[in-house]
Amino acid sequence: MNALRRNVLKGATGAGAVAVAVAAGLITPARVLAATPRAAFDAKGVPDTLKALGIASPADSKDITIKAPDIAENGAVVPVEVTSGIAGTSAIAILAEKNASPLVAGFDFQGGAQGFISTRIKMANTSMVRAVVTAGGKTYTAAKEVKVTIGGCGG
Amino acid sequence: MKQQIVKLLAGMASLGIALGAASVQASPEQDRQDLIQYYTAKYPNIKIEDYVYGTLAFDTDSKARAQYDTIMQTPPYQAVLEKGKKMWDTPLRNGKTYADCLPNGGRNIAGNYPYFDEKAGRVVTLADAINACRVAAGEAAYKLGDAATMGTLTAYMRTLSDGMLMNIKVEGPKALAAYEDGKKTFFSRAGQLNFSCATCHVQNAGLRLGSELISPAVGQAVHWPVFHGGDSLMQLQTRYANCFKDMRHVSAPVGSAKLNNLEYFHSYLSNGLPTKASVFRK
Amino acid sequence: MAEPMKIRATMQGDVADVKVLMNHPMETGLRKDAKTGQLVPAHHINTVTAKVNGAVVLEGSMAGGVSKNPFLGFKVKGAKAGDTIELSWEDNKGDKRTDTAKIG
Repeated sequence: MNALRRNVLKGATGAGAVAVAVAAGLITPARVLAATPRAAFDAKGVPDTLKALGIASPADSKDITIKAPDIAENGAVVPVEVTSGIAGTSAIAILAEKNASPLVAGFDFQGGAQGFISTRIKMANTSMVRAVVTAGGKTYTAAKEVKVTIGGCGG
Repeated sequence: MKQQIVKLLAGMASLGIALGAASVQASPEQDRQDLIQYYTAKYPNIKIEDYVYGTLAFDTDSKARAQYDTIMQTPPYQAVLEKGKKMWDTPLRNGKTYADCLPNGGRNIAGNYPYFDEKAGRVVTLADAINACRVAAGEAAYKLGDAATMGTLTAYMRTLSDGMLMNIKVEGPKALAAYEDGKKTFFSRAGQLNFSCATCHVQNAGLRLGSELISPAVGQAVHWPVFHGGDSLMQLQTRYANCFKDMRHVSAPVGSAKLNNLEYFHSYLSNGLPTKASVFRK
Repeated sequence: MAEPMKIRATMQGDVADVKVLMNHPMETGLRKDAKTGQLVPAHHINTVTAKVNGAVVLEGSMAGGVSKNPFLGFKVKGAKAGDTIELSWEDNKGDKRTDTAKIG
């Protein structure tokens, strides 16, 4: 990870500042997309993770739909699908709140990519799965509880 | 033995009478029907067809089924099935493929196994039939229960029979004896916990053992191998062995007459249900 | 050498529905080997990039919290049948993999 880039991202949470950096030739447009700082994957707890992501306090939004099983028989492969109905959605981050490091993945969209992502995540415990959506420089969030049952001798 | 079944089905007076009154052994078909009756009396809202989903059959509000359905659309273990297909398509040392060696080109046959081989005087599992092809072709038999060889090959091969209805036949006194031996294993209590297979999978199916929901014996035999936790392959007899171990029994080895006979009996219970190999399990 | 990805891309109206299955162990670094009792070193995909006809549409960052053999589904508006979709990943050990498919 490029130290300069990380500093830019850390300091510049607003889209405007990044645009300035681009204009100044500090970073190339293609790299702007990877807006998930690596350090955020090591953060413990939701507040620190959001801080590492450069997100202050995302607003709750009903326009974010999280599709995940109410009960996950197996925490190793929990399907999670996030759809953002918020216009101009440019990024979706997925957090499993009670995982040792809550941030699971971050996705940035460009071109014709829709505000939608489907993946499978590991969950250590029953917890909230949280989606954080970036749209138009603002951040929004929604969460859904997934109950994880333990064990694993099913046939 | 008979007493145990009757005890097991206590509360189901008519069944108890039926079993107790029969002076000869109940036929395999009678056993199967009795079990189905037992389950349907206990869980009238659950269709027997859904028992192929194991514990998910009891998930009537589909809360946990959602995970299964989503994963099955794009199973994370696809690479294993592809490896199995390669093994299946690769000719053996004599130039023949498994498809040349097995009945019907290996398609829509899994529901016929295990069967009782009169000549050999024993139960033959699908794994046995595959190994017979290997040996006839001058290759070494695969180690039964080995996930990397027999497991991977059958994980693909069995999908060629997906949708075939389980069709186990018990014909003639020797076959019946093998079936009865499997039934005895299924219903006999043993081991440190003094549990039988039936203690959990008949009497307590749909209830929890610790954190685990217990699956019904009917429908259990149709979906092997399974992939636990996303990609860990397990075959039916390995599952038996683990089940014995979990219940603190000493298991007979995979491929032994005891487990083959158990598979024979156990598979018979799923007669009429569609096979579907290589499914996701927790 | 990492095994190829499975990419399935189909048009649904004017939106391409893309499903990708990657082959990767996705070790968190927190798991202990059942036999040795030693921690299994972290080994996971760090970044995933998707392009349609050479133009980046999706860039993802991840770590060991994504399941083994990661699955990704996303949707691209404006893509057409016959367009080339390219997926690449890079993991924390520097291993890389790029695969392409045509949108069907």
